[in-house]
Amino acid sequence: MCGIVGLFLKDQSLAPELGNMLTDMLITMTDRGPDSAGIAIYGDGAQGKTKITLQSPNAESDFANLAEDLGKSLGATVTQNDISTHTVLEIPAGQFEAARDALAEIRPDVRIMSRGDTLEIYKEVGLPKDVAERFNLSGMTGTHGIGHTRMATESAVTTMGAHPFNTGSDQCLVHNGSLSNHNSLRRKLRREGVVIQTENDTEVGAAYLTWKMMNGASLGEALESSLDDLDGFFTFVVGTKDGFGVVRDPIACKPAVMAETDQYVAFGSEYRALVNLPGIEDARVWEPEPATVYFWTHNDSTTPSQKAA
Amino acid sequence: MQTYDLEADGLRGMNSILQAQSGETNQTSWEIVNPKGSHAIAVGLDAPIEVTVKGSTGYYCAGMNQQATVHVVGSVGPGVAENMMSGTVIIDGDASQYAGATGHGGLLVIKGNASSRCGISMKGIDIVVHGNIGHMSAFMAQAGNLVVCGDAGDALGDSLYEARLFVRGSVKSLGADCVEKEMRHEHLEILADLLERAGADAKPEEFKRYGSARQLYNFDVDNAAAY
Repeated sequence: MCGIVGLFLKDQSLAPELGNMLTDMLITMTDRGPDSAGIAIYGDGAQGKTKITLQSPNAESDFANLAEDLGKSLGATVTQNDISTHTVLEIPAGQFEAARDALAEIRPDVRIMSRGDTLEIYKEVGLPKDVAERFNLSGMTGTHGIGHTRMATESAVTTMGAHPFNTGSDQCLVHNGSLSNHNSLRRKLRREGVVIQTENDTEVGAAYLTWKMMNGASLGEALESSLDDLDGFFTFVVGTKDGFGVVRDPIACKPAVMAETDQYVAFGSEYRALVNLPGIEDARVWEPEPATVYFWTHNDSTTPSQKAA
Repeated sequence: MQTYDLEADGLRGMNSILQAQSGETNQTSWEIVNPKGSHAIAVGLDAPIEVTVKGSTGYYCAGMNQQATVHVVGSVGPGVAENMMSGTVIIDGDASQYAGATGHGGLLVIKGNASSRCGISMKGIDIVVHGNIGHMSAFMAQAGNLVVCGDAGDALGDSLYEARLFVRGSVKSLGADCVEKEMRHEHLEILADLLERAGADAKPEEFKRYGSARQLYNFDVDNAAAY
């Protein structure tokens, strides 16, 4: 069992409240996942910069002078913003791979939580309310975000095993369920050059979507093909820089409730997670269909709400 | 009318008060406010009382019900009226997975849609869904009636025993050992009664009946009276 929450804002006047609303939803899902919790949030991004969110078990020593040291290695200006066990670095765009290699040299213990133009991921072991407090999640702002509360079944309870997973720029995925063909798929994806950091099944699901999109698929198409290529139980909620998607396996035994108003699209493992959202009484509330891809985007070239299947 | 504020006064208090009502109670009408998607609301009741839940609920609402009438003015999560023995449960909105699972008796009315596994392993309950039902509904259903005024999803009635399935709309696919059967007069009568009790605006003649082909389990016509 795990808990998933997600919020995609259509009305950007709610952006300052995004962290607050998501945190409330996340803590409500504590019963479904008290092991660890995490949140992916799509906030501000600076032109020409890439954000890297890092975590370290020795944050104090690892983060000391980190921006300066990494800046020297890259020959560029790097900024850092420490939040508890995490820090968000801003590096020049296009330098992520160089930064990853440099970090392995200068700070071998840090782990990369996420990378992207606007995405930041914060996740830790512990009760959702403690994780939320540690990172002051309720104070975060953004256009959309996804949260997860974990009750581990498939791999160890560690920071790296917590969700969301980020396997490509600005992509994130959370999962309720378990995948049964993750070992063979992990080997295949690694051969294809996709970086997979853990033995966790969900990271393989995320890496699969990244690999599909690397090869030209849209998020909708990647989700569609996941129904054929992933074996197991899953309700996935995924984020991209401007999009938000949901898909459930054909058996659909992992719960899912969605709500849509003029202001937002919301996802919860249970309706309980949605009850404090503004205007929920008059929202369209429904259970997403099995084996059906749902996808929303801020990109004006597509319709704001579409069922890609 | 007794009103109970679930958010203010808690779940256990509500269920213990409702479960403590006996057949002689004068407090026959209850209203539960602020359910906010909570689980296990109004479970294990065993008295002829009426409980109205003003809002949507989570898992297992009205489970194990006997005698009581539970009316949810909203939608319900998974497992509504699971293992109901008698009484009536009415849902104004939609129901999630396995509505009425393993129910032995009573009537479950869902005025919206029900999702997957509706009536799974039903053992005598009557279920009337005004809208559609999802896949794998009435899986291994043993007895009782499942009436669907809309459409049914994939694998309806897989491994069915002796429950009767009535569907007005389309059936996406039938499960193993489930077949369409002749609608006889006695079935029309059962259906007319259920539709009336469920407040469904549909005519019995518009439905098709599905049942077990009896190829998967050891059915012997000589034992028909025992089923």
